[in-house]
Amino acid sequence: MDALDVARWQFGVTTVYHFLFVPLTIGLSVLVAVLQTRWHRTGDPRYLRLTKFYGKLFLINFAMGVVTGIVQEFQFGMNWSDYSRFVGDVFGAPLAIEALLAFFLESTFLGLWIFGWDRLPRRVHLATIWAAALGSTLSAYFILAANSWMQNPVGYRINPDTGRAELTDIVAVLTNKVTLVTFPHTLAGCFLVAGALMVSIALWHLRRPADAPAPAATGTDTPDPESTKAGQDRAAFRFAARFGAWVTLAAAVAVVITGDQQGKIMTEVQPMKMAAAEALYTTEAPASFSVLTVGSLDGSRELFAIKIPYLLSILGTGDPNGQVRGINDLQAQYVSQYGPGGYTPIIPVTYWSFRFMIGLGLAAAAIALWVLWAQRRGRTPTSRWLFRAGLVMPVLPLAANCFGWIFTEMGRQPWVVFGEMLTRDGVSRSVSLPEVLTSFTAFTLVYATLAVVEVRLLLRYARAGLPDVEPAPEPDPGTDDENRPLAFAY
Amino acid sequence: MDLPTVWFLLIAALFTGYFILEGFDFGVGILLPVLGRNDRERRVLINTIGPVWDGNEVWLITAAGGLFAAFPGWYATLFSGFYLPLLLILLALIFRGVAFEYRHKRTDTAWKNRWDVAIFLGSLLPAVLWGIVVANLLRGVPLAADHEYAGGLLDLLSPYALLGGATTAALFTTHGAVFLALKTTGQVRDRAGRLAARGALATTLLAGTFLAITLTIRHTPAAVGLAAGAAVALLGALTATRVRREGWAFVGTAAAIGLTVATLFAALFPNVLPSTTDPAGTLTVANAASGAYSLKVMTWVAVVFAPLVLAYQGWTYWVFRKRIGVANIPE
Repeated sequence: MDALDVARWQFGVTTVYHFLFVPLTIGLSVLVAVLQTRWHRTGDPRYLRLTKFYGKLFLINFAMGVVTGIVQEFQFGMNWSDYSRFVGDVFGAPLAIEALLAFFLESTFLGLWIFGWDRLPRRVHLATIWAAALGSTLSAYFILAANSWMQNPVGYRINPDTGRAELTDIVAVLTNKVTLVTFPHTLAGCFLVAGALMVSIALWHLRRPADAPAPAATGTDTPDPESTKAGQDRAAFRFAARFGAWVTLAAAVAVVITGDQQGKIMTEVQPMKMAAAEALYTTEAPASFSVLTVGSLDGSRELFAIKIPYLLSILGTGDPNGQVRGINDLQAQYVSQYGPGGYTPIIPVTYWSFRFMIGLGLAAAAIALWVLWAQRRGRTPTSRWLFRAGLVMPVLPLAANCFGWIFTEMGRQPWVVFGEMLTRDGVSRSVSLPEVLTSFTAFTLVYATLAVVEVRLLLRYARAGLPDVEPAPEPDPGTDDENRPLAFAY
Repeated sequence: MDLPTVWFLLIAALFTGYFILEGFDFGVGILLPVLGRNDRERRVLINTIGPVWDGNEVWLITAAGGLFAAFPGWYATLFSGFYLPLLLILLALIFRGVAFEYRHKRTDTAWKNRWDVAIFLGSLLPAVLWGIVVANLLRGVPLAADHEYAGGLLDLLSPYALLGGATTAALFTTHGAVFLALKTTGQVRDRAGRLAARGALATTLLAGTFLAITLTIRHTPAAVGLAAGAAVALLGALTATRVRREGWAFVGTAAAIGLTVATLFAALFPNVLPSTTDPAGTLTVANAASGAYSLKVMTWVAVVFAPLVLAYQGWTYWVFRKRIGVANIPE
C-alpha cells in the first residue's frame, strides 16, 4: 500500500458518499417545488403539508451534500496536485463557473426559502425554491462537464513548453458529447431516487393503521372521510405515493433512453470501458450481453452465463450485428499507441457494477409500476409485500447511482484523463503516506458517524408524518409585531 | 493590466469577501457558549446567521474554484503543501454546517449540547487555521525547484504564523460580537456590545502587531497604504464599539478584516507563494497562471455573473435585516 492507493480509496469513498446526497438534493428540490406550486395554485393545505414534510427531509439531506461537496473541491489540490497542475486550465474553469453560477444560486435562495415563509410574498417565496432547484441542476451540469472532459478530453491542447493541458475552446468542453448524454442520464438517476423516496415514505404511512382515529376506521377500502386528520393524512400520502411513483417511472424511462445513448458514445470514445462492462475479451460481431456470469472474468474460463444475443451490439452500436471490440484487441492497440503498460480496468469491478446499476434501477421502476397498479382508480394499496418492497425502494436507485459512478470511474482506469494522464501520475508527490492515511481515516470515521446520525434523523422525521401547518402570514410592514415568533428558526 | 494580474485581484477579492462574511459567522459560533446563556439565547445567536451562512461559505468554494482555474500551480502547491491545516478546516466546516441544520431537529439537551460544541469548535478551528494559512502564504514556505512543497508540518507553525492565527481568531470574534450587537435585541445585544468593546481593544493590538511584522517581512507601497487603512479601520471600530454605534462598528470590523487580507495579498504580489529555500521554487502570478484563453473566458463569466450574485446575496441580507430577540424564537 502506498500513498497513491490510499488517495484513490479516499477519492472513491468520499465521492460515492457525497453522491448519496446529491440525487436527493437535485431530485427532491424539484419535487418539493412542484408540491409548493400545487399549493400555490390550488390553496389546498394538503400540498402545503406535503411541501413542509418532504422539504424537511430534503434539508436534512441537503446539509450533508453541502459539507461533503467542499471536500471534493479541496481534494483535487490536496491529494492530486500533479493532476491539478496538469488539468487546472481546462478542468478548473467549469468548477469555478459552477461555484459562481450554481452554488451561490442554490445556497442563497435555499436560505431564503427556509427562513422566508413569513418574510417574502408567497409568489416570491415560491420562486426561491425553484431558483434553488435550478442552482442544484446547473451545478450537476458543470461538474459533469468537468468529469466528461476526463472521460473524453476535448477543446484543449498540450502546451509544449509547460507540458500542461490548456483550454482552447470552452464551447467544446461545455458541449462535449459525453456531457450531453451524461447530464440527462445523471438527472434522471436523481429523480429516480427522489421519486422512490417519496413513494417509500408515503407507502409506509399508508400501511400504518395507527394513523386512523378509531380502530373501526382501519382496513376499510372506502375513501377516508376528509374531515378527520387521519383521513386527510391518508389522502395526502396517497397523492404522494402516486406522484412519486409516476416520477420514478418517468425517470426510469429517461435513464434507459439516455443510458442507451451513453452506451453508443462510450463505445466510440472509450471502447475499452464498453468491453470492460461486458468482460468481452475478443472482438465480436454480433456481440451478446450476459445477464450474469459464474466463473472467472479473466477470459480464461466461464462456468455458466446467461446471455442475451445481439444485445451488446445494439447497446454499443445500435446495430444488432455491430462489431464490439474486445479487451485483448484494445490492449494491443493502446500498447502500440501509448507505449508498454496495462490499459485494462479491473474487469470484475466494471462487469458487476454495470449490472448492479442496471438491475437495481429497473427494480425500483418495477416497484413504482406496482404502486401505480395497486392505486389504480382510487384504490388504496393493501399488499403487505408491496409495503415491504416500498421499504427498500429508495435504497435501490441510490445504490444504482453509486454503481454507475463506480463503473464510469473505474472503467476509465488506468487513466485519470483518458489518453493523456495516468491516475498514478496525478497524485501529490509531496503528501506522505501517513498524511493521506490520516486524512482517509478521518473522513471515513466522520462520514460513517454522520451517516448514522443522518439516517436516524431522516427516519425520525419520516415517521413523524405530516406536520400541522398554518400558512405563514404574508409580510405587512404596517402591522408587523416586533415580537412575533419567526415562521422558521434553527 | 494583464489577465493574470486581474485574476490575482479577483482571487484576493474573493478571499477578502469570504473572510469578511464568514468572519462574522465564525465569530458568532465562537461566541455561542459565551453570549448564549441558555438554549433560547443560543438559538437567537444561531438564527442571526441562519439564512446566510451557507451563502457566505460559497465565497470560499468560489475562491478555491477560481484559484484552481486561474492559477493551477498555486492551487496545487498550496492545497497539497498545507495538507493538515486544510484537512482540519474541512472537518471543522463539515461538523459546523451539519450542526446548524441538525441542532434544532431534536429537543433533548444532550443532543443540542453536542452540536453546540461542534458549532464552537467548528468555528474556532477555521478562524485560527485560516490565519496560519494566510500568514504562511505571505512569509513563504520551503518549495523545491519543481514548486512542490518541501517542508513538514512544523514549518507551518512559525511564531509569525501563530500570531496570524491569533489575529484572525481575534478579528473574527470581535467582528462576530459587533454583528450580534447589530442583529439582536435585549440582553444578548447588551452583552455582545460590551464584549465587542473589550474585544476590539485586544484585536487592535494583535492585528496592529501582525500587520507591522508583515510589512517587515515584505512590503509594497500598496501594502503599506492598505495596512494603514486597516489600522484606521481598527481604531474606528474600537471607537464605535465604545460609544455603541453598532452600524459603524460593523463597518469598522468589516473594513479591518478586508484591509488586513488585502494587505497580505498586496505585499505578496507579484509572487503568489514565495519559496523560503530554493528561489526557483517561488510561484508567481506569471508562472502559476492558466493560459490567456482560459483566463479570458473566466473573466467574461465573472463580469457577467458576479454583479448578479452580489445583487441577490445583498437582497438576502435586506430580507433578513430585522433584529432577533428571545421573543422571536418559536418553541
